[in-house]
Amino acid sequence: MGAQHIIYMDHSATTFVKPEVVDAMIPYFTEHFGNPSSIYSIARESKKAIDAARLQTAKALGADPDEIYFTSGGSESDNWAIKGVAFANRKRGNHIITSQIEHHAVLHTCQYLEKEGFEVTYLPVDQYGLVDPAVLEKAITEKTILISIMYANNEIGTIEPIAELGAIARKHNVYFHTDAVQAIGSVPIDVKAQNIDLLSLSAHKFYGPKGTGALYIKKGVRIDNLMHGGGQERRRRAGTENIAGIVGMGKAIEMVTADIPGHSAKIRAMRDRLVKGVLATISHARLNGHPEKRLAGNFNVSFEFIEGESMLLWLDDEGICASTGSACTSGSLEPSHVLLATGLPVEISHGSLRLSLGDANSEKDVDVVLEVLPKVVAKLRDMSPLYVKSGKEGGCNVQ
Amino acid sequence: MYSDKVMDHFKNPRNVGEIENADGIGEVGNPVCGDIMKIFLKIENNVITDAKFKTFGCGAAIASSSMATELVRGKTLEEAWEVSNQAVAEALEGLPPIKMHCSVLAEEGIHKAINDYRVKKGLEPWVEKNPHSHEHEDMTCQH
Repeated sequence: MGAQHIIYMDHSATTFVKPEVVDAMIPYFTEHFGNPSSIYSIARESKKAIDAARLQTAKALGADPDEIYFTSGGSESDNWAIKGVAFANRKRGNHIITSQIEHHAVLHTCQYLEKEGFEVTYLPVDQYGLVDPAVLEKAITEKTILISIMYANNEIGTIEPIAELGAIARKHNVYFHTDAVQAIGSVPIDVKAQNIDLLSLSAHKFYGPKGTGALYIKKGVRIDNLMHGGGQERRRRAGTENIAGIVGMGKAIEMVTADIPGHSAKIRAMRDRLVKGVLATISHARLNGHPEKRLAGNFNVSFEFIEGESMLLWLDDEGICASTGSACTSGSLEPSHVLLATGLPVEISHGSLRLSLGDANSEKDVDVVLEVLPKVVAKLRDMSPLYVKSGKEGGCNVQ
Repeated sequence: MYSDKVMDHFKNPRNVGEIENADGIGEVGNPVCGDIMKIFLKIENNVITDAKFKTFGCGAAIASSSMATELVRGKTLEEAWEVSNQAVAEALEGLPPIKMHCSVLAEEGIHKAINDYRVKKGLEPWVEKNPHSHEHEDMTCQH
């Protein structure tokens, strides 16, 4: 590819780290490297920096600073929230409710707990990926101790009715956890108003560093520790703090939540132009996820008669980074559990493409993708035996 | 994750297309599993004089189809029958383990096209010596 300009449209996978974030982090590698548990002055600098980041993170969520616990990222936060609440509340009940479209950090944790004697209900979603609050309410039993529903889906971008789901959990006196890894910065979050008891974050999804995340735990929630050891994070999460990472996360979350409506509007405008252009120029294409209730940067589309990995390879050849729900890139032979849960046929799930836009993109990038993508799809369809069979009309061009 | 050879055959696939009035056609795979290969053979005096393919699938599936059609061109039917999935994978300088089923599909596609020709000629179809469905159970789509 040489010195080709890279068009990065995979912000849901990870983001670049903003220069301001890097600048904020650097002194904590070199100068203020002291262990916050020590008592000398350079260690106090570290301690202060963590406190400041905790305040920044709390502010972004409408939480109190002492309800924020720093972790190694989204997976640890999800594991801690679910296992911690499950084991601490075992005497009250053994039933957990989640959805079929959760991230694997939630789904595989729930499957692990099933082996440990817990019962898990995996709520279905509608064709857009939405959880129905009425269905959630019906699933609650006397044994239900935890509900975990993601704020917004990582693949199709659907934003769940979190405040409503949270209110139902509150009404039934059940803890409510949400994985907000994709949502932060795209939609305003207020843990108090939305009845959220636990919330997971990951810094590398919002222009912060990898290896840092947080779990919001509302005061009074009964939860076991996941990491045992030293007394860090008010004895809740052992391990010497990743100071630079935490500082970076604080800076990143402050920046990404400073002007959510303005920032989202800019990303959404680019995304909408991309969606319109793709659906207008490529036949047999369907938008996956909800037409409106979706993350500003998310575009998930299925193209019939072709397979996703071969699309990604051609796009990569043109310097475009994207992802797919096809089985062929997942290391398994099953396509995306999210697309299947929305009722998308398996064969069409194989032809899905996710383009997630963000601050690495410009209108020019949208122009390039609109020029390249139709050619890639046409090239692959030309060699697909399914395209000839189906003819070039009919199909399911749902727009 | 792919070898240069796989990428070459993916980006510049040889023998894409259909053969009109092909002497043997073999279609294998399933759209639900994410790959379908259709192999077309032109056969004269027991020799494969032309081979083409159409494939729905991942990079490895397209490269395997391209390489398999290259390998059987000019071969007698007996020789072509002996072109194994390992031979296809080796010619591609290797495939990732999870993608080996793509080379299996290519071998099966060639076999099916050869047997299609034999049946049309009123001959007994040849029997698969090593049915792959057992060997590759863990890598075969269950749909």
